[in-house]
Amino acid sequence: MTAVDWQNLVQGIPSLLRGLLVNLEILFGLIALGFAVGILIALIQVYSPRPLSALAVGYEWFFRGVPEMVLLMLIYFGLRQFRVGITPFIAAVIALGLRSSAYQSQIFRGAIQAVGRRQMMAALSVGMTRLQAIRHVILPQALRLSIPPWSNEFSSVLKDTTLASAIGVIEVFKKARFIMGRNYALALPIFMVVALFFLFLTYAGNWALGALERRYRIPGFEAKGAGERF
Amino acid sequence: MELIFRWEWLPQLGKGLVLTVELTAACISIGAVLGLILAIARLYGRNVVYWLASAYVQFFRGTPLLVQLFMVHFGLAGWGIRLSPLFSGIIAMGLNTAAYQAEYFRGAIQAVKRGQALAALSLGMTRWQTIRYVILPQALRLVLPAWSTELVYMLKYTSIVYLIGLPDLMGIGRTIASHNFRFFEIYAVVALIYLALVLLITFALRYVEARIRVPGLGTVR
Amino acid sequence: MALLVVEDLHKRYGKEEVLRGVSFVLERGETKVIIGPSGTGKSTLLRCINRLTEPDRGRIWLNGVEVTSPRTNIYKIRAQIGFVFQDFNLFTHLTALDNVRLGLIRVKGMGKREATERAMRELERVGLGDKADAYPAQLSGGQQQRVSIARALAMDPKLILFDEPTSALDPELIGEVLQVMIELAEGGMTMLVVTHEMGFARSVADEIIFMEKGVIVEQGPPEVLFTNPRVPRTAEFLRKITEFYGESG
Repeated sequence: MTAVDWQNLVQGIPSLLRGLLVNLEILFGLIALGFAVGILIALIQVYSPRPLSALAVGYEWFFRGVPEMVLLMLIYFGLRQFRVGITPFIAAVIALGLRSSAYQSQIFRGAIQAVGRRQMMAALSVGMTRLQAIRHVILPQALRLSIPPWSNEFSSVLKDTTLASAIGVIEVFKKARFIMGRNYALALPIFMVVALFFLFLTYAGNWALGALERRYRIPGFEAKGAGERF
Repeated sequence: MELIFRWEWLPQLGKGLVLTVELTAACISIGAVLGLILAIARLYGRNVVYWLASAYVQFFRGTPLLVQLFMVHFGLAGWGIRLSPLFSGIIAMGLNTAAYQAEYFRGAIQAVKRGQALAALSLGMTRWQTIRYVILPQALRLVLPAWSTELVYMLKYTSIVYLIGLPDLMGIGRTIASHNFRFFEIYAVVALIYLALVLLITFALRYVEARIRVPGLGTVR
Repeated sequence: MALLVVEDLHKRYGKEEVLRGVSFVLERGETKVIIGPSGTGKSTLLRCINRLTEPDRGRIWLNGVEVTSPRTNIYKIRAQIGFVFQDFNLFTHLTALDNVRLGLIRVKGMGKREATERAMRELERVGLGDKADAYPAQLSGGQQQRVSIARALAMDPKLILFDEPTSALDPELIGEVLQVMIELAEGGMTMLVVTHEMGFARSVADEIIFMEKGVIVEQGPPEVLFTNPRVPRTAEFLRKITEFYGESG
């Protein structure tokens, strides 16, 4: 690499960082959507009668089986074909969020089942309604159990935000491609820089979630094999 | 709003499907071999070996696959190493899944009880014989559920290779859609094909799991 | 020359000194039983003998070959020393027959047919010829332990080490394992047995070693130890353990 290449690389970094900000926006959007829908789906699977719970199982199965890339295309281009005005950013949040909701629902379902029926019965026996029992007894325990597998899902979706570039969101990967397009000698170093950004974010995220887990730890109440490893 | 469907899409998509399956098979195999080596290096290796294997796993698990793919395909080309799109795709995804598979293998090997190794050593087996004949046969059975999750993951992830110009299932779908603008219908068909494939793999691996099942050797989910 | 010579064995785990200078000799055809409170290094001692655990200091000879020498091929030594574990440690993924065959094929390099015949003979010897195709999980604890004894026997060991072979078993299954061990002793096998089964110790052992806190407190023939021990600690331990486990077994 020449001195000029190095100069271009360094000059590109602020632009990359602005792109990374967009990744973080997508991340928060999709996590929030995935969390809300995921809990709902998990509760339906565990507590609701057969037809509804089967529907929830089908939902989970669909969004776990279709590639993110196809979901992005289906939602962005598919909706635009029917003249639904949707920005690439919103489409990315919806597509990645719904996919994540399927994975998150599996985590929450596992955790709810790990908490067990007896806690539910104990809550009902003191006169709570089912909804109260879920709200005050089941979920506070299940969410604690969910943190370790949930942090896997977090680092997984963090990296997947780069897929949004495929439908035209100008995020960090797209910005790196722009820089690469001007000078192919920069391809390796520029993607290395992007890789380092993600390594940093993965560590930061895991550290924060670890802190969260310790903050809410209850003595004698530990996660035992809840959720899937990946 | 009316939906259309054309039978002539299917043979074209079928060609893409073949490439998708080939890519998945190639990268998952490379990943299995490399992943096993990495897992053993992380468990039994010392100093440099352990350190290198750990750094490898951290890097490939901590960074986006898309970035890895572009590093291999365009990054190396920028430095004079030109790989065909197919080769780049296989390499990048093989290296990626190796890191994940390494972690599954490591977990499974650790789940094999310590007494098993002691008993093998007490018969006079060497370290390698112990790993080869006692630890691995058990660990590989234990790893299967996690491994089939990984296989499904990789199958879905091969859909990014159209970005470096490969006509896989996703890529072909995109080409057809960009000619007739029936994005919704075509991507829906593509989605269904992926779903069918996922279903097929899941059932096939469950069958294998049942076939090689040994009483008393539980699986770690 | 004695079959096994153990000289001044030391082992520590962190701060804890588990073995503090253990020495004894085992002659061919002899059965010695090691007794003593738990946590006094009996299991560690057995594992040091075939170096599943590396001793910190001290030397061991098997049949005149120094086990503890770095030049010794430890795998050859281990193939000559049978080891029966407290929790059996049968290979979970293999049938009873394959458990017994594995060492014959992989360590001794025996052909498959010969190994099968030999393995079947050993299974029949422990009374489990009909369980050859069962996986460990399909066998009772007592049966598993008998398979593990067959596995050790198949290797033609010069010596078998038993590490509390009956303490993981339900009381009603202990007898069948002890019966096999008694037959072995009568057949002239050299055995070193850590156990709490005082009935077995009394009737089978040529000599009893009483260990406590990493050292041998007293050793001698069972008649002497049980009736007239030199050291008061020995008498106290024997009284306690007899109360606890009874004499049967």
